[in-house]
Amino acid sequence: MKVTIDGIEIDVPKGTTILQAARMIGAQVAPPAMCYYSKLKTSGGYCRTCIVKVTKGSAQNPNPMPKPVASCRTEVMDGMEVQNFTSPEVLEARKGVVEFLLINHPLDCPVCDQAGECKLQDLGYENGSAKTRYEFKRREFEMIDIGDKIKLHMNRCILCYRCVKTAEQFTDERVHGVIHRGDMGEISTYIEKVIDNDFSGNVIDVCPVGALTDNTFRFKQRVWFTKPVDAHRNCPTCSGRVRVWLKGEEVVRVTARKDEWDEIMDTPDGKSGFICNSCRYDHKQKSDWVIEGPTQVNRHSVISQNHYNHLNELKVQVMKQQKALGFMPLDKKP
Amino acid sequence: MKKLLIHNDKVPNIHTLDVYRAQGGYASVEKALKTMTPDQVTEEVKKSGLRGRGGAGFPTGMKWSFLAKPEGVPRYLVCNADESEPGTFKDRYLMEKIPHALIEGMITSSYALGAKTSYIYIRGEYFYVARILEQAIAEAYAAGWLGKNILGTDFSHDCHVQVGGGAYICGEETALLESLEGKRGNPRIKPPFPAVAGLWGCPTVVNNVETIAAVCPIVNMGGEEYAKIGIGKSTGTKLISASGHINKPGVYEIELGVPVEEFIFSDEYCGGIRNGKKLKAVVAGGSSVPILPTELILKTAKGEPRLMTYESLADGGFQTGTMLGSGGFIVMDEDTSIVKNLFTFTRFYHHESCGQCSPCREGTGWMEKILHKFLDGTANESDVDLLWDIQSKIEGKTICPLGEAAAWPVAAAIRHFKDEFLEIARKKKFTDVSHYNRLNKISA
Ligand SMILES: Cc1cc2nc3c(=O)[nH]c(=O)nc-3n(C[C@H](O)[C@H](O)[C@H](O)COP(=O)(O)O)c2cc1C
Ligand code: SF4
Ligand code: SF4
Ligand code: SF4
Ligand code: FES
Repeated sequence: MKVTIDGIEIDVPKGTTILQAARMIGAQVAPPAMCYYSKLKTSGGYCRTCIVKVTKGSAQNPNPMPKPVASCRTEVMDGMEVQNFTSPEVLEARKGVVEFLLINHPLDCPVCDQAGECKLQDLGYENGSAKTRYEFKRREFEMIDIGDKIKLHMNRCILCYRCVKTAEQFTDERVHGVIHRGDMGEISTYIEKVIDNDFSGNVIDVCPVGALTDNTFRFKQRVWFTKPVDAHRNCPTCSGRVRVWLKGEEVVRVTARKDEWDEIMDTPDGKSGFICNSCRYDHKQKSDWVIEGPTQVNRHSVISQNHYNHLNELKVQVMKQQKALGFMPLDKKP
Repeated sequence: MKKLLIHNDKVPNIHTLDVYRAQGGYASVEKALKTMTPDQVTEEVKKSGLRGRGGAGFPTGMKWSFLAKPEGVPRYLVCNADESEPGTFKDRYLMEKIPHALIEGMITSSYALGAKTSYIYIRGEYFYVARILEQAIAEAYAAGWLGKNILGTDFSHDCHVQVGGGAYICGEETALLESLEGKRGNPRIKPPFPAVAGLWGCPTVVNNVETIAAVCPIVNMGGEEYAKIGIGKSTGTKLISASGHINKPGVYEIELGVPVEEFIFSDEYCGGIRNGKKLKAVVAGGSSVPILPTELILKTAKGEPRLMTYESLADGGFQTGTMLGSGGFIVMDEDTSIVKNLFTFTRFYHHESCGQCSPCREGTGWMEKILHKFLDGTANESDVDLLWDIQSKIEGKTICPLGEAAAWPVAAAIRHFKDEFLEIARKKKFTDVSHYNRLNKISA
């Protein structure tokens, strides 16, 4: 099936979504995705950041679609034409979505462990405006420990449902993970039930923001002062292929390996790259791991900059991001 | 005026099977099962031009013909009795007064669709109505209208009542199905549509109470006869829930095509505005449809009399028109504050948003907070533009139409009554002179 996105044509198999097709073309046309996660079934459709305009439905039915569509949940049709970055309407709508995601967000990046590897920071930086038009009190929740390893900071949650789907798809014990409704919605601690599961720690990696963080790493280090290396061990439970984050000789945390779309990547032989809790939490000695070499870090990540001699540029950029996002003074409680 | 649905609502004990039957009830089941094939029933519904009475007005016959019919997979009919749109209470009236009218419709429609099981999903607040329906269903089973081999044919059917938890969003058909399956009532992302994968992944038709009840007269009189009632593509009769500052609030069955002016002012219907006040505005189809000021609700922008039809009410698009929607007809007199009314509606949508998609989850609450500033007298003129911008960023960008339902009233109120917003912002003071406010001294 032929589909044209922002003027670039590509041939894709039937069943491909617009977002997948766009990713096949490359980052220059791929819409941002905060909730879709290719490794999680039925994910996507919630956040609406990936919306695009279908200017031609298909070769057979050339009519445009009346409303913008979520590219992550819309399959391509043969002859479809799509506008993403080339449509001012889409950019304006996306700006709106980003604003909605931010109005109740604490923006406490300076004390947030996710800062530097946060999808919402990237999104806000690329699509947001410098000033907030929201003048009301932001929504607040108590912080919750989910087991002893995971911290749920609900204030920062964007209700992308990724953790819910992860929990759902790795255990039979739970049916839903969101309680209450609307903007009072909350990731429920029923999710605690999955904590016994060997793979529960992956909710940290799939969370696009700093809502779910690793208690064993919390406040230890800003990510851009750590050095990620790809490493593996012989693990009986998972692939054992991980990313080890070093500070000097110390292993400060272990995560799954992520690809350029910030998703946990499959192993080269096509197995799941989700890592087990033992690898994540219990192997914090450098000697536990066979280090393969430094991680190839995405060009726009602040983490990359630290390791490639752009430290000052990085600082400026982070400051800029924080300013753009509204920046909360450091003396406020996280 | 012809009545087909609630013509016998005043007959004593019409809620019982015996009286309902004596009034000619269950004739459509007899006619359909004994003399027609399922496809013939669907054909009559198609010919009747019946359109969904739940709000969207989608042609029912067409919806039925979209139902996938794979071998060996059950099909379901689900009746949407969630009725939670502010201003709408017609389904309750029908079910409460004449429960068998719905059950008869469920059987006849299920026969047409080949559904062996059907569900009536009713909102939690209608608990007593659910009891009435259950009673009626028990009577129908006892008399052989439900159960195995109805009327000695090989059509068997079971009908169940399921009470919801009382969430407006569970009226959205896919959220309803989720809730019916015992899950959190979040709307599904479409496609697939229920006609292909609905209840428990099986092909399902979801129809409104009134739509299903209307199938009985259609089968009895024939689709063509039914289509003669009404005007153009607005065929048949419609239940209107009339409320607000009128002399005679209540549920009225009208032939589609009655002029709006007649509906508001004639003694047959609303009986004019209460306390000799003047008409200010009308929300014609339930709280989500655009509000229209007097001059636009009585006449279209072209100057033609506005009629109670899908087409006439929509004439002029959203610029100068509105929608028939679910038929929740809310009338406001000259003392009504549009701003306060809008606040009430917006608070409702904020409260009822399921929260799955960001624009609706965050935008509805934001709009409510800004509208609250108007009632506090702290709003600025720029807040009107901000409201407009927020609603435009919700509309069309959400998973389900609740986003639009929240955005449209805001847009319409600003479109037609911007001065009221600006005046409050300039004076930094909100005064409510409405009768309701004087009586209750409530503030927002
Ligand atoms: C938020 C929302 C609430 C709804 N509530 C109801 C309802 O209470 N009753 C109803 O019949 N339809 C409701 N609908 C419309 C249904 O989704 C669906 O269109 C309708 O039940 C189809 O039946 P019909 O074709 O007979 O009108 C609602 C839709 C939305 C988006
Ligand atoms: S945007 Fe939110 S989640 Fe991301 S780094 Fe800042 S505070 Fe943390
Ligand atoms: S906690 Fe994180 S992964 Fe879970 S819904 Fe919230 S933002 Fe998404
Ligand atoms: S539009 Fe509102 S109610 Fe509908 S799915 Fe989105 S958040 Fe839920
Ligand atoms: S990524 Fe498509 S809606 Fe969130």
